[in-house]
Amino acid sequence: MTTFLGMPYAPRGVGHLRGDEPFPVAARAALADTQLRRNLGKATRTIRAKRAAVVAELPDWEELRAAGQAIKQHTLAHLDHYLEQLESRVREHGGTVHWARDANEANRIMTGLVRATGADEVVKVKSIVTDEIGLNEALAGAGITAHETDLAELIVQLGHDRPSHILVPAIHRNRAEIREIFLREMPGVDPGLTDTPAALAEAARRHLRRRFLSARVGISGANFAIAETGTLCVVESEGNGRMCLTLPGTLITVMGIEKVIPSWRDLEVFLQLLPRSSTGERMNPYTSLWTGVTPGDGPQRFHLVLLDNGRTAALADPVGRQALHCIRCSACLNACPVYERAGGHAYGSVYPGPIGAVLSPQLTGVEDNASLPYASSLCGACFDACPVRIDIPSLLVHLRARHVEEAARGRRLPTAEAVAMAAASWVMASPRRYAAAQRTGRAGRALGRGGRIRRLPPPLSAWTAARDAPAPPAQTFREWWQREHGGADGSAG
Amino acid sequence: MRIALFVTCLADGLFPGVGRATVRLLERLGHEVAFPQAQTCCGQMHTNTGYLREALPLVRRYVDVFEDCAVVVVPSGSCTGSVRHQHAMVARRFGDEALARRAEAVAARTFELSELLVDVLGVEDVGAYYPHRVTYHPTCHSLRLLRAGDRPLRLLRKVAGIDLVELPDAEVCCGFGGTFAVKNGAVSTAMLADKMRSVLATGAEVCTAGDSSCLMHIGGGLSRLNAGTATVHLAEILASTRDPR
Repeated sequence: MTTFLGMPYAPRGVGHLRGDEPFPVAARAALADTQLRRNLGKATRTIRAKRAAVVAELPDWEELRAAGQAIKQHTLAHLDHYLEQLESRVREHGGTVHWARDANEANRIMTGLVRATGADEVVKVKSIVTDEIGLNEALAGAGITAHETDLAELIVQLGHDRPSHILVPAIHRNRAEIREIFLREMPGVDPGLTDTPAALAEAARRHLRRRFLSARVGISGANFAIAETGTLCVVESEGNGRMCLTLPGTLITVMGIEKVIPSWRDLEVFLQLLPRSSTGERMNPYTSLWTGVTPGDGPQRFHLVLLDNGRTAALADPVGRQALHCIRCSACLNACPVYERAGGHAYGSVYPGPIGAVLSPQLTGVEDNASLPYASSLCGACFDACPVRIDIPSLLVHLRARHVEEAARGRRLPTAEAVAMAAASWVMASPRRYAAAQRTGRAGRALGRGGRIRRLPPPLSAWTAARDAPAPPAQTFREWWQREHGGADGSAG
Repeated sequence: MRIALFVTCLADGLFPGVGRATVRLLERLGHEVAFPQAQTCCGQMHTNTGYLREALPLVRRYVDVFEDCAVVVVPSGSCTGSVRHQHAMVARRFGDEALARRAEAVAARTFELSELLVDVLGVEDVGAYYPHRVTYHPTCHSLRLLRAGDRPLRLLRKVAGIDLVELPDAEVCCGFGGTFAVKNGAVSTAMLADKMRSVLATGAEVCTAGDSSCLMHIGGGLSRLNAGTATVHLAEILASTRDPR
């Protein structure tokens, strides 16, 4: 068993990778939100159907998935090489590269860069990584206002809310709620605003146009960074990203170090996998690519911030590292029956759903997100949906094992669960003890009526809260076999 | 053919009818069934809850008990999945490469019931008679770990007297997930509510599946509601004949 010591995790007290409550507690509250349940059910069902249709069009989908997986494996195995190549190419093309060990360092760097321009507001797009590190709060602390320009991020920001989905951060809101948020929070909005999608989009458009034209600094995330040429790539649907990336005089892009890919040939694979998996489209409407600074065209100052924030710790785990293959398509969220019912906020991290359940604990250390690896029934729908074949169910089991091992090391007395598991293992390691335990368990028949048990003591009370349990039968299979066949293993034929 | 039965701890202790039905079915088809009595549990609950060290002796036991069997049948997609996809992993995690290789060899000869019938024994019509309205839930591990596909449905379609109706959203998990059902009881129950809604919408008298665990979950919910729909394991349907025994 390998241990993972020495690599720093994402620091506490900054950013949004840790929830205030364990998943089961947060989920219980979300389950009671009937509006949320309808919104999520409708949205995920729609996206699932769209994805299935466009994936079915490609006869080589499985080969594409395998290619995506292979490229990511190769890149992570040579991450140092490709990051340094990316750094030198960006510098050659007039950009500046910064290395940020963690959220605090990245926030310090970016706040300093904005301050140096004298600007007191910025426009933002592809903001999930900046949500991870809590950049908006850091900027606010320095007197700088951040304006989200992705429509869904804008809705979340105006609603003083948190994103609940990687791709559709406002998936938990429906259009009636969005109209209310706009009427309440958007300066100068038409008081006769209706909740038709076109009217809401037009209101957002008018609001954002003013921001784009006045902003002197843009801040973005990135979908890919191509090492061979130092080119950054952002894919999006609205064109607001294109505005952010081209209009301001200064552009600051922050990306996790796992986003680098070796070459343009590799990009071709991901540009087929990503839009089909995320929005269920053959191609996303806007793909922005830029290489450093082009004199007289677009931002004249470009900064690239390469963020670790626990990624090297994830890389140090030979099983867990495949979570870093993720291209943030969110197909696993849309496929997940747990996510569909609990929603994104229950995960407590900007990375929710199945991928979040394996990524967040690795970035923060399992101890700080210990409930997330258990937030899955291991149904496997996430693995089937993943465009880069991340074996999320196996990763969940791996992280559960890490949690059990780390917890056992950290305490003097084992938990009740650990005692029960050890006892069950001891019993089941011997057929004699096992048969004896079955005979003892038959006492449970006394609890049953008509073959069913209505109430069991904790922790099994969590089962009987909503489900009957079967009463033990008069005769186990083993006993029946012995009666029929004596002590022999074989059948009489 | 001589077929060894791994009955699973759940069927052994709580649903012995599933084991008896498997024996009756295979014997009716002319095969010899063995029940190695040193068997206990595949260790899936331990593995999936993170207790891999505790699962290790159970993996070793499974390998020791079934190593010499030509073919092993399991009336559970989930336990078959654990044997096939987790046993070697557990052994390797503790550096036991020899056990891992032995586990892989046994796993290659271990089959879930519908796989055994369709792929190994080459039979779809098992001569069963079951005059009830039935809907089939494909269970996640049969579907996505074993890729059992429509094998169970092919078997069910050949059952005389059956009124087989399609389950809406069949491929969605019922919310069992082993200890998930207890650790995340609320979400598990929410998933169960939707599964029960689908089952009840079919008007079926019986919901069947290849896993006692998922059936215990769905059945426990239906029973609590006195919904009037029962859960019956696939083996029990396939074992039923006109001759009431």
